[in-house]
Amino acid sequence: MQSLDQIFVTGKQWLLAFLPEALQPVGSILLVIAAIFGVFATLFAVTTILERKILGRIQNRFGPNRVGPFGFFQPAADGIKMLTKEDIVPRDADKIIHFLAPLALIIPVALALSVLPYGRNMVPVEFDAGLLFFFAVGASTELSVFMAGWSSRNKYSLVGAMRGIAQMISYEVPLVLSTVTVIMIVGSLSLVKIVEAQSGFLFGFLPSWHVFTPWGFAGFFLFMIAATAESNRSPFDLPEAESEIIAGYLTEYSGFKYALFFMGEYWGMFAISGLSVTLFLGGWNAPFPFLQFIPSYIWFFTKLVLIIFTFIWLRGTVPRLRLDQLMSFAWKFLLPLALTNIVVAAIWFFSRALQFPGALGLRWIFCAAILAVSYVWLGRGVAQAQRAKRVYQYAE
Amino acid sequence: MLGTGIIKGMVETARNFVGSYHDPERLTTVQYPEERLAPKENGRSFPFLVFDGNDQQAGLRCVACQICEKECPPQCIYINKSKDKKPDYVGKLQFYPATFDIDISVCMSCQICVEVCPFEAIKMDQVFELSTSDRFGKLLLHKPQLAKPNEYFHQLHPTDANEVDARLGEEKRKAEAKAAAAAAAAAAKLAAPKPAPDEPTKAT
Repeated sequence: MQSLDQIFVTGKQWLLAFLPEALQPVGSILLVIAAIFGVFATLFAVTTILERKILGRIQNRFGPNRVGPFGFFQPAADGIKMLTKEDIVPRDADKIIHFLAPLALIIPVALALSVLPYGRNMVPVEFDAGLLFFFAVGASTELSVFMAGWSSRNKYSLVGAMRGIAQMISYEVPLVLSTVTVIMIVGSLSLVKIVEAQSGFLFGFLPSWHVFTPWGFAGFFLFMIAATAESNRSPFDLPEAESEIIAGYLTEYSGFKYALFFMGEYWGMFAISGLSVTLFLGGWNAPFPFLQFIPSYIWFFTKLVLIIFTFIWLRGTVPRLRLDQLMSFAWKFLLPLALTNIVVAAIWFFSRALQFPGALGLRWIFCAAILAVSYVWLGRGVAQAQRAKRVYQYAE
Repeated sequence: MLGTGIIKGMVETARNFVGSYHDPERLTTVQYPEERLAPKENGRSFPFLVFDGNDQQAGLRCVACQICEKECPPQCIYINKSKDKKPDYVGKLQFYPATFDIDISVCMSCQICVEVCPFEAIKMDQVFELSTSDRFGKLLLHKPQLAKPNEYFHQLHPTDANEVDARLGEEKRKAEAKAAAAAAAAAAKLAAPKPAPDEPTKAT
C-alpha cells in the first residue's frame, strides 16, 4: 500500500539512479517538468471534451459524439485542426508582443502548477513560501491578457483586455484575503505544511479539513468565486464575452497561439482549483479513515476533477454579469466578507484556549453566526443596488 | 437572500444533466445521418420539372413559355425553346424546352417560378443533400436531372398534387368534350349536307 502511494517518488529515484551523480539534479527537474506537462496536457484534453459533453447534457443535447467512442477523441481532432490552421498576425499588430503574449500566460501558469503538493512527498518544487510564490506568478497572467489585447490593435481585443485587467485585479483582492485565514490558522506559507495541518480526523471519522470550519467554509466560498473570476470563466467571462466583444483579447489569435492561450486558461483553472483543494479541501488527504488505502495523488486529482465539474456546472447555469455588477460584487460584497472572515478566523484562532466541554460547539456557532449575519446583510445591500435604477452617465 | 436564485438554477441544470441520461425523451436532437425527420409537406428546396406518364421527354408539361425564366429574381433559370412542337397533355401541339437548366447555387428557393407557371410544370423539390466536389458544373442541373414524374410530386406535396391533377383532369375532360363536340359538330356538318337539297325552301 505504501509502495503504491509512493510509486512515482520511487520511480523517479529509480530512473535517476541511471544518471551520473552530477546530472541527477538536472534530470530530476526535467522529469518533473515532463510529468507536469504530460499530466496537465492530458487533463486539458479530457476537460475540454468533458466540458462540452456536460454542457450539452445540461442543455439536453448530446454534445460531441462523432469522433471515436462517445466522441472522446474529439480533443485530438480539435488539436489537429488548431495546429494546421493558418497563424494570422494582424498587419498593424505589435508582432513581438503579439507573439510573446501566449508564452507570458503559459509560463507563469506552469510555474504556479509546480508548487502544488500532488500527493504525499509529491511536490515538484518544495517552497517555504509556496503560497506566496503561487500568487506572485499567478498575478503575472494579467500581463499576458493585456499584452494580447494591446498588441492586437483591435478595439475588441483592447476592450476585452481592459475588462480583463479590471476584473482580475479586483478579484485578486478577495482571492488573497480569503487565503490569509488559512495562513493565520496554519501559521505557514508552505503548501506542504498546510496540507499536513489538515490531516487527521476529528472524533476519529470527521476529516479535519479547513472547509469544515466556519472560517474555512466562508474562505472556500470566497476563494471559489474569486477563482472563477481569476480564471475568466462564466459567469465572469466578460474579458472574452463572445456575444459582446467577439472573443475579447483572443480575437486576433488563431491557430497554435490560440490553442496555447486556451490551454493556458485551462491550466490556470487547474492551478487555482488545485490551490483551493490544497488550502481548504485537505489536499491529498483521504476524506475518511477507512479510505486511506487509496493513494494520495488519486485523492488530489479526484477533488480537482470535482472542482472542475463544479466550474462547468456553474458555467452551464448562470448568465454573464454586467461590468458594474461585477465590480460592485467584488468591492461591496466579497471584500467586506473576506475581511469579516479574517476577523472570524482570528476569533477561532484565539478561542482555542477555551478548554471547557462544549467549547468547540460554542466557537463553531459563534463564528458561523457572525459570518451568516454579515452574508445576509451584505447580500441585501447587493440586492438593493441591483434593484436601483441604473444611471447612464455617458449614454444620455 | 443572495444566492438562492443561483442554487435554484443549479438544481435545475443538475436535473437536466441527470435527466438526459436516464430519460432519453429529454434529448431533442435528431442525429441526422442515422436518424431523419419525415419531410414536411410544405418544405421546399429547389425547383424540378414535372412530367406525366413514363417518358420524361414526351410527358414533360413545360411548354418553354419562359415566364419563369423572366420572373426568376436571381435569374438562375436558362431555357432554350425547341424548333419543333410536341403534343401536350390535352393533345395540343406546343413547344418544349430543348434545354432547361437551373443553377441551384444561385437559386434562392423563393418559389416564384412555381407561382407564375401557368402549366403546373415546375414545382418545388425537397432534396437537400446536394453537396458536390464541383461547385460550378455539378450545381447546374440539366433537364434530365430536373425532370421528375408526377408520382414523385404526389409523394412530396399530396394536397397540392391532387388539386393540380383534379384541375388538369377537368381541363382535359373539357378539352376532350370540346373536341368530341367539335368532332360531333364536324360529323354533323359532314352529315348535314346530305339532307340539305331536300328542303332548300325552308331556309328561304
